[in-house]
Amino acid sequence: MENENEPFEKNLKKIEETVGSLEGGDLPLKETLEKFEEGIKLSKLCTEELEKAQQKIEKITEKDGKVISEPF
Amino acid sequence: METNQKIPNIPESKIITIDKLTDYIKQKLENDSQLINIWVRGEISNYTLHSSGHSYFTLKDETSQISCIMFRDSVSSLKFDPEHGMKVLVLSSLNVYKPRGNYQLVVSEMYQDGLGELHQKFLQLKEKLEKEGLFSKEYKKPIPKFPRTIGIITSPTGAVVRDLIRNLTRRFPNINIKLVPTLVQGGGAAENIVKSIELLNKIKGVDIIILGRGGGSLEDLWCFNEEIVARAIFKSKIPIISAVGHETDFTISDFVADYRAPTPSTAAEIAVKDKNELLSNINHLRERLLQKTKRTIELKRQHLKSFMDRPIFKRPLDFINQHLQQIDELILRSDRAILQFLKLKRHDLEILTTKLDNLNPEAVLERGYSLTMCKGKVIKSTKDVKINDLIDIILRKGEIKSKVMEVKNGKRK
Repeated sequence: MENENEPFEKNLKKIEETVGSLEGGDLPLKETLEKFEEGIKLSKLCTEELEKAQQKIEKITEKDGKVISEPF
Repeated sequence: METNQKIPNIPESKIITIDKLTDYIKQKLENDSQLINIWVRGEISNYTLHSSGHSYFTLKDETSQISCIMFRDSVSSLKFDPEHGMKVLVLSSLNVYKPRGNYQLVVSEMYQDGLGELHQKFLQLKEKLEKEGLFSKEYKKPIPKFPRTIGIITSPTGAVVRDLIRNLTRRFPNINIKLVPTLVQGGGAAENIVKSIELLNKIKGVDIIILGRGGGSLEDLWCFNEEIVARAIFKSKIPIISAVGHETDFTISDFVADYRAPTPSTAAEIAVKDKNELLSNINHLRERLLQKTKRTIELKRQHLKSFMDRPIFKRPLDFINQHLQQIDELILRSDRAILQFLKLKRHDLEILTTKLDNLNPEAVLERGYSLTMCKGKVIKSTKDVKINDLIDIILRKGEIKSKVMEVKNGKRK
């Protein structure tokens, strides 16, 4: 359960750090471009992650020790 | 005005001092068993907690009032903060404060009056669980910031479930919701809530549980004040947001839960982030990334351009030409120097040549002088010849053969 939402959080944080480091210091061009590429890649991942899941609303009940899930 | 008042003639022994009088009153009142450890009901007025730790206030009812003091030790054992207007029941004894001649109640115990039995039970359980540490911050699980699946424990009918689903899906349209229909009021509700919490803990992938119920009376919300519910919430591996009742309703569940949402509506906001907000946040970050990178490239480009604009890159031949020109100039200068040198030397040569010319015998002959030789030698003195020696006189043009006729000694000047 933690693993599922970790990449998004981690990646978002990484983008923030990347932007921060770009804005903070005068980095060499090569490093700037590398960070830019990395940031764009991560932002794509994050956006994808947000769009990934399908809305699903289920009703969960338990009968005789069996978990039953049905659409709500 | 009358100046001389008539003083009644009273013997000194009949007169009592204030000190003695007050002592008497004090002793009378404080030793009266009717005024020791009495229960008094009233409303607090002008409650003041002094920096010494003692508190001063007045207890009153519709017609009367009495000053009260509560000493520090009693104040510190209070389970609530007394305040103006609060109805209380106090255990107290009467006391006379001599310096002011006041009588007052010294309160040793104080209870909030008018609380029902349920409320007392609530307070007792709260105190018990608090002592056990069930409310401690260290046990609070963090609420995941980006949950995929939300478990909801509430009644499947009614406003709360609709409100939760609407708010959750509005904020994050592609959220997964697992609703466990649960009794949240009346008999068996507590057991039902416990089962639902355990059920969601059995299913994989639930990130957050929202335990919800709308507002109601203390009795209506009672199941959320049951010990088994509190323990089930504490035991849950999944973080639980308690969203029970209105903002002012506090239940034991609220205290044990990992997060307390003041209302079910706000629970949704706490559980999931607004997707559009997240997306715009990402876009904003991407925009900043782009802007900053563009700016960096532009800066480097300008930096490079400032180099390329320098003459060495703009017109590199200028530099070579300049050096060539310098070389030409040097050649010219050295040519000139050589010529000058030659001229000087030529001049010297001319002087020497003139000098040489002057020394040339021919030149001497030219000027009319002649050269006299005898036997191949130039005659410089009379001693070089004898009488009758044959001598040659060499002129500029031709020679004269002569004979020495006479020799005259003597020096020419």
